[in-house]
Amino acid sequence: MTPTELETRNSKLETDLREVAQDIVARAMAGGATAAECVVREGDEFSTLVRLGQVETLKESGSKSVGARVFFGQRAASTYSSDFSREGLDRMVKSALELAKITSEDPFGGIPSADQLGQLAGDLDLYHEDVYSLPGADRIDYARRAEKAALDTDPRIKNSDGGSFDAATGHKVLANSHGFVGEFKRSYCSVAAVPIAQTDDGAMQRDYWFSVARTLKKLDAPEQVGRIAAERTLRRLGAKKAKTAKVPIVFDPMVSTSILEHIFEGINGDSVYRGASFLAGKLGQKIAGDNVNIIDDGTIPGGFGTSPFDGEGIPTRRTVVIENGVLNSYLLNTYTAKKLGMQTTANAARGLAGTPGIGPGNYFLQPGTKSPKDLIAGIKEGLYVTEFLGQGVNLVTGDYSRGASGLWISGGELTYPVEEITVAGNLKDLFFNISEIASDLEFRGSVAAPTIRIDGLTVGGE
Amino acid sequence: MDKHNDKARFFFEHYGLTEHDLERYLAAALSAGGDYADLYFEYLSSTSLMVDESMVKSASQGISAGCGVRVVSGERTGYAYTDDLSSDRILHAARTAALIASAPAKTTVTGFQKSAARSLYPVTLPSVDAEISAKVELVMRADKAARAYDPRIKEVRASYSDELRNILVVASDGTFAEDSQPLARMNVSCIAKTENNSARGTSGGGGRVALDFFFGDKNPEFFAKESARQAILQLDAREAPAGDMEVVLGPGWPGVLLHEAVGHGLEADFNRKKTSAFAGLIGKRVASEKCTVVDNGTMPWRRGSLNVDDEGEPTQETVLIEKGILKGYLSDKLSSRLMGIADTGNGRRESYEHIPMPRMTNTYMLAGQDNPEDIIRSVKHGVYAVNFGGGQVDITNGKFVFSASEAYMIEDGKITAPIKGATLIGNGPDVLTRVSMVGNDLKLDEGVGTCGKDGQAVPVGVGIPTLKVDRLTVGGTARKDPGGFMQ
Repeated sequence: MTPTELETRNSKLETDLREVAQDIVARAMAGGATAAECVVREGDEFSTLVRLGQVETLKESGSKSVGARVFFGQRAASTYSSDFSREGLDRMVKSALELAKITSEDPFGGIPSADQLGQLAGDLDLYHEDVYSLPGADRIDYARRAEKAALDTDPRIKNSDGGSFDAATGHKVLANSHGFVGEFKRSYCSVAAVPIAQTDDGAMQRDYWFSVARTLKKLDAPEQVGRIAAERTLRRLGAKKAKTAKVPIVFDPMVSTSILEHIFEGINGDSVYRGASFLAGKLGQKIAGDNVNIIDDGTIPGGFGTSPFDGEGIPTRRTVVIENGVLNSYLLNTYTAKKLGMQTTANAARGLAGTPGIGPGNYFLQPGTKSPKDLIAGIKEGLYVTEFLGQGVNLVTGDYSRGASGLWISGGELTYPVEEITVAGNLKDLFFNISEIASDLEFRGSVAAPTIRIDGLTVGGE
Repeated sequence: MDKHNDKARFFFEHYGLTEHDLERYLAAALSAGGDYADLYFEYLSSTSLMVDESMVKSASQGISAGCGVRVVSGERTGYAYTDDLSSDRILHAARTAALIASAPAKTTVTGFQKSAARSLYPVTLPSVDAEISAKVELVMRADKAARAYDPRIKEVRASYSDELRNILVVASDGTFAEDSQPLARMNVSCIAKTENNSARGTSGGGGRVALDFFFGDKNPEFFAKESARQAILQLDAREAPAGDMEVVLGPGWPGVLLHEAVGHGLEADFNRKKTSAFAGLIGKRVASEKCTVVDNGTMPWRRGSLNVDDEGEPTQETVLIEKGILKGYLSDKLSSRLMGIADTGNGRRESYEHIPMPRMTNTYMLAGQDNPEDIIRSVKHGVYAVNFGGGQVDITNGKFVFSASEAYMIEDGKITAPIKGATLIGNGPDVLTRVSMVGNDLKLDEGVGTCGKDGQAVPVGVGIPTLKVDRLTVGGTARKDPGGFMQ
């Protein structure tokens, strides 16, 4: 598609999306609603998988969908559709108005007040057309190059789940009955490789690596991605079980993010007002060690978790969630803020249908000063986890039990690979036992954390 | 009569589609070459309700419709989809998918053979069309029953959701299949609280059923009491042990073991690419003689069942493991053609936006001869797990996990204290060789399973009888015996 075609197509759609959203809100109000909100989404996606040098799949498409939420006083209901015909949209509004009649009156419901609404000004660097400007053959080549680099790294890399290249753009409009109309576009591209290594006895191991960015300019070279993927895979060969032990455990940056996710699950407004987390009611209290500082920031230009407004149309912001181990703020939307007698933190996450949930912006653990190598050097016997398998985390009780694989640490160095083991403990202690935080903070998504060391956990093995 | 229900001709009536149109679209898909092309039309309507704090807090309904066009050329697949079912958008999608091929057109469409109608879920009134007030009654009853179970039950969330998925699949090989697939489920989650302790419990079920299913044995009270019971039980659960030991699994949902340990590893695509730990093991022993494992998409009313798969192929009962010997893989059209094996009717996709691949339907182990009580009695020191959350598997190295949500210690052949949920981990290709006892009490799960693979979710079923695994790693925190482990 030439740049001119893309431009023409996009400007037509801009009118369409805003018009549709505002029209839906108007129709809902005309139908007797006391408040209404509408989300319209439009997106394109492209993906290709190359395996053993040959294109295996090539997928390219666009889609559009719309969702409406209506209120009759304190009753609310929502509907969604992919049918943009006049009849389709009318039917969608009508269903919402009908459905609202059977829901209960909830005094805490409603859309934000007019003075809360708005969007961040300026270019948030979220959209770059270049994710689609690469000709098809070149996009396929990115995938091929990543896989080839992995396969070429070592003769033990004998097979592959492929090299892939993905690109997508999204366009979102939110409108409500206070007259708010917000919109923004986002772009995304990524290249990945999933090599498979094999030892002479036939045992196989698989790992992966990837690079993701909002513009092709910031994507790592496919060769680099392939090579790192191969190194990670080779590192797993010959893995054996560890013995059951209570030792220090180091979480590499791909898995340390999970600790932040558990904290998020525990301190979001939904968990808090229901008492569905052991962190509920602990605002202002110490819930982690002094060295733990966690930020949520939806305003960082180019960030994967950045947006000009949250799912309810409130400008996003930077929130200090945990400061020196003290729980400084929950993460809330309008509903849960009202429930708790607090102010929203602009973390509403709106899907197409249903009530808004809560989602992080760019959510990260502040790095320390030690390098990961020095952090590991301080451990006599321990485990370095590179991958978790399964869930097994209970935020009500704090119980923590997950399958894991990684490398055994001995004499301050990474030694042989281990697998078929578990890591278990309780989050109530775990958060206080993040004894070291390294300096290697990098964003490969909206949640990021450096390498960390946690004490007091049990490795389950032989 | 409600047109929704008439599965034949749905897309013809709703969108004015004709057979001539279908031939035209397929021809466009094959205009640049290719061995095979198909069109998958889908119209999905769904409803969901949620009660929290004894109030109906949210109600939502929606429609999602579209068409996916696939072109296959050798081992290559081109795919495009559209949510706009007008002629020019479908043709545009067909031409985009066609870009995968690069030779003159050689495959032509020569007519359709309509597949024999099968009727595994003959629902007269699909629940999506039933009165919403009846659904509200279900969730309110669940809420009431859970709270009435015990004063320590403080938080209850009950939800109900249903959908009706109408599909039409046509292909250049003559496939022509239509189906109307209902799906419904209820879920109840509880949190129990005392002064210094909290615990949670969850229970749910359903299937390809009509609303009256929930007014029978599996009513809101059934799920509510089960959810509340689990939450109360967990208040007294103590630390689970850590390390290898004997594990007995209860019947039903613990069948997640099979889904993770062998199910995914036996999907044909992984075996064709030789990325599965089970590749090349057909004819070899992968389980004890007491184990026969099947995948069966033909069970009436079940969540994991389908009249036809998402490629229009009839589903069937496939024996995966017979008396411990690996017999076959779960296949789709592409796998069967490239591997020269039978198509088992397991080609599934999450929606019209997704490319189909081999997936499970209802996966279970046949009942054995052993008495469940004898199985418990045979364990000196081990764990008895009867309920699970979910699981996950790395099909390349074969390691799998599933997380227990209700489990007990077994000491000297007797079930003793409840223990906290722990993750169990094992190795797929050999865990079933250590199944030494298989009970006579096969049960399937209540109808809550959702399987994820490659970013695509599909509904599935699992089941096992009570069985004993001689050695499995339990991910607890307590020393399993004195003088335990390294510190």
